[in-house]
Amino acid sequence: MQRPDSQNNNAPSAGRVVLSADDVTRALRRIAHEILEHNRGADDLVVLGIPTRGETLAHRLVAALAAVEDVAVPVGSLDVTMYRDDLRRQPMRAAQPTRIPECGVDDKVVVLVDDVLYSGRTVRAALDALGDIGRPRAVRLAVLVDRGHRELPIRADHVGKNLPTAHSERVHVRLFEDDGADEVRILDQEEVAGR
Amino acid sequence: MKHLLSAADLDKDQVLELLATAEQMHELQDREVKKLPTLRGRTLVNLFFEDSTRTRSSFELAGKWLSADVVNVSAKGSSVSKGESLRDTAQTVAAMGIDGLVIRHPASGAPHQVAQWVDASVVNAGDGTHEHPTQALLDAYTMRRQIGDLAGAHVVIVGDLTHSRVVRSNLILLQTLGARVTLVAPPTLMPSGVQSWSDTDGFATTYDFDEVLPTADVVMMLRVQKERMSGGFFPTPREYTVGYGLTRDRLQRMAKDAVICHPGPMNRGLEITADAADSARSLILGQVSSGVAVRMSVLYHLLGGANV
Amino acid sequence: MSDRTYLIKGADLLGTGRTDLLLEDGRIAAVGKLGDAAQAAMIEADGLVALPGLVDLHTHLREPGREDAETISSGSAAAAAGGFTAVLAMANTQPVTDTAEAAERILDLGRAAALVDVQPIGAVTKSLAGEELAELGLMARSRANVRVFSDDGRCVHDARIMRRALEYVKAFGGVISQHAQEPQLAGGSACCHEGELSGRLGLPGWPGVAEEVIVARDVMLARHTGSRVHVAHVSTAGSVEVVRWAKSQGIAVTAEVTPHHLLLTTDLLSGYDPVFKVNPPLRPQEDVDALRAALADGTIDAVATDHAPHARHDKEHAFAEAAFGMLGLEQCLQVVTTTMVQTGRMTWADVAAALSTRPARIAGLAGHGRPLAVDEPANLVLIDPSATGTIDADASQSLSRNNPWHGRTLQGRVHSTFLRGRATLLDGEVQK
Repeated sequence: MQRPDSQNNNAPSAGRVVLSADDVTRALRRIAHEILEHNRGADDLVVLGIPTRGETLAHRLVAALAAVEDVAVPVGSLDVTMYRDDLRRQPMRAAQPTRIPECGVDDKVVVLVDDVLYSGRTVRAALDALGDIGRPRAVRLAVLVDRGHRELPIRADHVGKNLPTAHSERVHVRLFEDDGADEVRILDQEEVAGR
Repeated sequence: MKHLLSAADLDKDQVLELLATAEQMHELQDREVKKLPTLRGRTLVNLFFEDSTRTRSSFELAGKWLSADVVNVSAKGSSVSKGESLRDTAQTVAAMGIDGLVIRHPASGAPHQVAQWVDASVVNAGDGTHEHPTQALLDAYTMRRQIGDLAGAHVVIVGDLTHSRVVRSNLILLQTLGARVTLVAPPTLMPSGVQSWSDTDGFATTYDFDEVLPTADVVMMLRVQKERMSGGFFPTPREYTVGYGLTRDRLQRMAKDAVICHPGPMNRGLEITADAADSARSLILGQVSSGVAVRMSVLYHLLGGANV
Repeated sequence: MSDRTYLIKGADLLGTGRTDLLLEDGRIAAVGKLGDAAQAAMIEADGLVALPGLVDLHTHLREPGREDAETISSGSAAAAAGGFTAVLAMANTQPVTDTAEAAERILDLGRAAALVDVQPIGAVTKSLAGEELAELGLMARSRANVRVFSDDGRCVHDARIMRRALEYVKAFGGVISQHAQEPQLAGGSACCHEGELSGRLGLPGWPGVAEEVIVARDVMLARHTGSRVHVAHVSTAGSVEVVRWAKSQGIAVTAEVTPHHLLLTTDLLSGYDPVFKVNPPLRPQEDVDALRAALADGTIDAVATDHAPHARHDKEHAFAEAAFGMLGLEQCLQVVTTTMVQTGRMTWADVAAALSTRPARIAGLAGHGRPLAVDEPANLVLIDPSATGTIDADASQSLSRNNPWHGRTLQGRVHSTFLRGRATLLDGEVQK
């Protein structure tokens, strides 16, 4: 059981690197600035990551926000497994924890964080999940990589890197906390098949 | 996982995952909107051949909170006398195009048989004096929330073991989780062949509750029906309580952090005193509230994914 | 069916050597090296063993009452297919065979089917209720000439009734066939052997001792009354011990074992398949071993099928609620071949004794269980001991399908059966 989006690949040498560890750090720092600029400060912000790597990124983003503005933005996680529209097409997935900060989401500006934006279906599920928890004033979306191929009318507000890809390619986000190193790789069709 | 018929269907990883998912489901109960869209479009039938309001409503709520369509079918009364076989009944219900069948039956093994006759996923919601795997899951869930990892924990199960469906599922599940289990009962209420069974499976049995009480991390008391007296299983309720009841005196002799479980319904004053049932050590109310979350987890795992 | 003359060429007579047999006018007309007879149908019996026609002390034919499960006609066909020339029909029909009229009716229906001699067993007590003796004497004096009495399906548990029954049947040389099951130790809900597996499966079991205490009581009653008792379907090592002791004391006790208790064990219940629900229940391997040894050494006199057909809708219930019983007539000889002959425990002469001679004597059937010799009734069976076959429940003469042997490979094949010189089974085909 694993989330297909989590791209959990432990073969670090496969594919080519498109974002290095420094690139990841810089991207997060820039997104933090963008968020604060757009929100005119950190008031009412709540950052929710979509497990597994979105949650890791959410914590890093909150750290980046603190570095810029010296604020403790509430952070949590939002599992979307139960809201997916492709449950019946996939093998069983384990549910991940949903942790909503004590302040809740009502009337807050919720920043959803995920590692890769692709079809948009995960974000759709996240919006549904969020709607069952409360009524935010606004929801914004931050992703590390936008690889295109949207299947729903969804776009990211903050993007670490736009990465044009082919359908047959695969994007692997690896993060230190989950995978032991920070980097983003692209695997082409043959490399995907050869895994 | 297609069916959940026995606690033995689950390996340790599966149990841990079911319990982890149950935790997520449990938090849902604090929310204003308790519904998840997960099983939308799926149909679940609670096929109950004997009454059990608690188990049935628990499964019903679990199904509904996951957005499944839930139908309760009461098939009480002997199908033998009605001239319809169990197979007829099950296949008739299954012919309605359902995805899951939750079965409660007074005869051991009925859900196992039905699983061979229908395409739907079958959940055993208690069969005769055999098993009740979701009860064992919620017992384990409640224990873990209180005392943490059950590996190495000593769980003492006391009561009418012969006629209990709970004990078999608990024994299997607790051993899967690495707990050390001791069964306590008078010889007349021990399951038949328990000696060779315990030799094979590696649990302990004793007739002496007081001997094992001080080392127990969990004391699970099982219901004893007064009707058993007429079967000559024990002479009087008074004598049973003295030998095997969780009395005030025994409550005081429990280890410092030990907890008390009872899958219910309780016979206060017979196998458990009010002092014990209502004490701070008691997980009994927690067991009830965990029921829906655990059953949501089970339904999600059986019906949530593609049928492989 | 035909009244032809048959010349059986080169059959192995009870495993003692090859010979020819001429069947004429219902009798064995000649034995030895015979030339071709112009009028006779020739049966090439190279490799076949000839045994006297088999006699089943314990068959449930379900008619009258449950003709959807079996009729005397369909059960007779199953018997012929299994090599039997006589079967004793148990009394637990609806209505119960507890009167002379009921017994004669079964006799007549058997004669009309004309595939096997159907000999009714009379009930010991009225309606099998265990309270008042049935009209044992009138059944004995009837055309049906009843000599075996049994409440099978239920135990004659009242010691006083059992004593009276044993005493009473002495007047006409009757025997009581006892279903040994002490009802307080193995009550209404008991549905399998009590042991570790029943504990694990949560099924109410019945312990071997519930059989053994009745066997022990009944042999003492037989000694006290000087009468004959027959123990139906012995299933435990403990019962075997009691019977062995009783015989050593000169008590007039005989015993039978079923094919299923010779081969199947209680482990089969782990899947809750009601096909394996039978009474007495399948027991552990230790009991099976003791039963085989007892059959081989003669402590157990006979193999009897306890053929118990049931309609699907009586079997496809939860295990505890399903009907007791399994089919037995068609595979009995194969099971005995597999468990006893192939393993070297019994010779073909032993098989003839256990499946023909002794059961015929116990039942008082003068025309059956006779030697294969000149002028004897031409009741015999030809079997091919080297053939093996996988059993298919659907390929059965019985109206029911509760066949525990389905899918199993058993040794031997029943080739032909002759009832008073008429073929009831020819090369595997029932001759209706």
